[in-house]
Amino acid sequence: MKKFSISSLLSQLLLLFFVIIWIIPTFGLFISSLRDKDLLAISGWWTSLTTTEVNEIYRMSGMESQIEEDGYFKIKGKLFEDNSEKKIESFGITSKKINEFNIGDVAIFKDESEVLLDEDGNYEWRSKTEFKKKKGKRLFTTSLSPPAFTFENYREVLFKEGIGRAFINTMAVALPSTLIPLIICSFFAYSLTWMKFYGRDTLLAIIIASLVVPLQMSLIPILTIYNDFGALFGVAAKSYPGVWMAHTGFGLASTTFLLRNFLKSLPNEMMEAAKVDGASHYDIFLRIIIPLSIPAFASIFILQFLWCWNDLLVGLVFLDQVPSEIILTAKLKELLGSRGENWEILTTGAFVSMTVPLFIFFALQRYFIRGLVAGSVKG
Amino acid sequence: MTILNLVFIVFLGILFFIAYFHISNYILDTYGNKTLKRYNFENSIRVIVFITPAFIVLFIFILYPVFETIRLSFYDKFGREFVGLYNYKWAINDPEFRRSILNNLVWLLVVPTLSTFFGLVIANLADRIWWGSIAKSIIFMPMAISFVGAGVIWKFIYEYRGPENTQIGLLNAIIVSLGYEPQAWLTIPMWNNFFLMAIMIWIQTGLALVIFSAALRSIPKEMLEAARIDGASELKIFFSIIIPYLEQTILVIWTLITIIVLRIFDIIFAMTNGEWQTGVLANLMYDWMFRGGGDSGRGSVLAIVIMIGVIPILAWNLYKHRQEQKI
Repeated sequence: MKKFSISSLLSQLLLLFFVIIWIIPTFGLFISSLRDKDLLAISGWWTSLTTTEVNEIYRMSGMESQIEEDGYFKIKGKLFEDNSEKKIESFGITSKKINEFNIGDVAIFKDESEVLLDEDGNYEWRSKTEFKKKKGKRLFTTSLSPPAFTFENYREVLFKEGIGRAFINTMAVALPSTLIPLIICSFFAYSLTWMKFYGRDTLLAIIIASLVVPLQMSLIPILTIYNDFGALFGVAAKSYPGVWMAHTGFGLASTTFLLRNFLKSLPNEMMEAAKVDGASHYDIFLRIIIPLSIPAFASIFILQFLWCWNDLLVGLVFLDQVPSEIILTAKLKELLGSRGENWEILTTGAFVSMTVPLFIFFALQRYFIRGLVAGSVKG
Repeated sequence: MTILNLVFIVFLGILFFIAYFHISNYILDTYGNKTLKRYNFENSIRVIVFITPAFIVLFIFILYPVFETIRLSFYDKFGREFVGLYNYKWAINDPEFRRSILNNLVWLLVVPTLSTFFGLVIANLADRIWWGSIAKSIIFMPMAISFVGAGVIWKFIYEYRGPENTQIGLLNAIIVSLGYEPQAWLTIPMWNNFFLMAIMIWIQTGLALVIFSAALRSIPKEMLEAARIDGASELKIFFSIIIPYLEQTILVIWTLITIIVLRIFDIIFAMTNGEWQTGVLANLMYDWMFRGGGDSGRGSVLAIVIMIGVIPILAWNLYKHRQEQKI
């Protein structure tokens, strides 16, 4: 009995280890997206609950703000805005010794001028001789920043960085790209399963053969068709309907294949009985097939929707990379290039792009898994 | 395009297809039996109504492109002049192409193997532990998010700052706390490929996990009980019963992930854009679609190479799928 519990404990620990490894990347991203952007840039997200020591360099005002008072030349000012919660702990006047002075100490520069600094960042510089440079002298401060969480990053990303619009664009790509194939493939699969016509088996063989064609094979010819079409009719070659049809084309074979596998499992007697009662194929389709196929539709819908939502390549090739058409994944990729250092934007943007998939994942996991297991044939 | 317009055309697009089927069938239902006396004739019109949209899409987006891509691979960069095997010869002698093939092969070797392995181990662990289903959910979650999203997540982990700064990337923070120099992981040739592969393994393990979880339930409980009563350790059971029993499933999952990996594009495009010797075939192909105004000949050759890699594996997979269905 004892031996069993040790091995069970070991398996629990091993599984816990895997779970931690798997969740940490996403967790770190989520925490980072909620952190104050200044703190995010200088400390790891795992320190986000502790007070962070922040080293900064500020420059005092230059000669313009100089005043003469009590026989001294003085420059007064504040290093950072009034509403900051920062409290300066110590400061320095050279980059070698950034912690040389405490608040209240008088720091003396090489040119014998002096500076006083309080913890809120108010400084007073004074000297017997006039200050003659446009740029003021540098101060190195060390302050303690308490943990700071904010939704500011989300507001910035959604409204200023164009992620909000990209979100809408992605929805406008993914919804029709999921519904259109579902509509036309359900009729297609129905006729392949329950209607008799010449060449049916050949058509089925073509569908199955199409499953093995990778999407890369279609890119160049389709792009050429779109460009020719655009030139011929004088419209933009890349557009939403173009993307919908591309996604429909690339998802058609697998959707038809899955639906047909499902429809084949329905009892033949039901269709025959309906036919005897005078129902047309369309009646049968609407009143028998659709109600019975809801679970299958749900799985396929989720699978195709997530595929379109998460797609990058199709959106990149068949849409212009302009604000009114760019999709989330392409936008994120663009931000990775242009704002590679602004982690508050990247982490928040990535999290926004993950909201819909994560919602579907947690709300409809059962259908998602079913679709994934069945639909892993997508080529 | 304003948001309102966008909503409008989305509705219009979907409505168009619903209307097509509804109106054409309505006409057939209402007038079909009266004017078209023979049921068979009406039936064949309906077949045409049912299959035409799907067939047109299939033809334009899959069938025609396959032949067109094959044709283009023998033509010059504009697709106008026949150049014979020139593009294929170019590919064989191109160092970028060789590098991509090599990288693709390493990906194919590492990612499916490790994902399948982790998936199997985790499925087996989670099956016997009361909080196993929560663990499975967590490990499966990366499956739902995009490759680009995953790319951002992991780029944050690999983030590099100079040695004098505080590291905000987790990996470098660990390395520094152990007393080593921080590294710009994604720029170290050859090793960077493995850092990119880690992302894919992180994602695909979930796929392997759910399929294995379902398969594990098919193992007869009596067999496992008998082994336990005979005093076999869990490790022994894993290697002597579970792995042989799931052999077919392991192969299916391995091929599935192989196919996904063969077409891998997004992760590399987002993380390194093929720089620092991380390029793979799909990235090279995308590159040649647009580089220097686009070269449809070279791009087509690369597409064909990808297809040649995919076909045997997917065909085998389909064959297995159909076999299972027959049983």
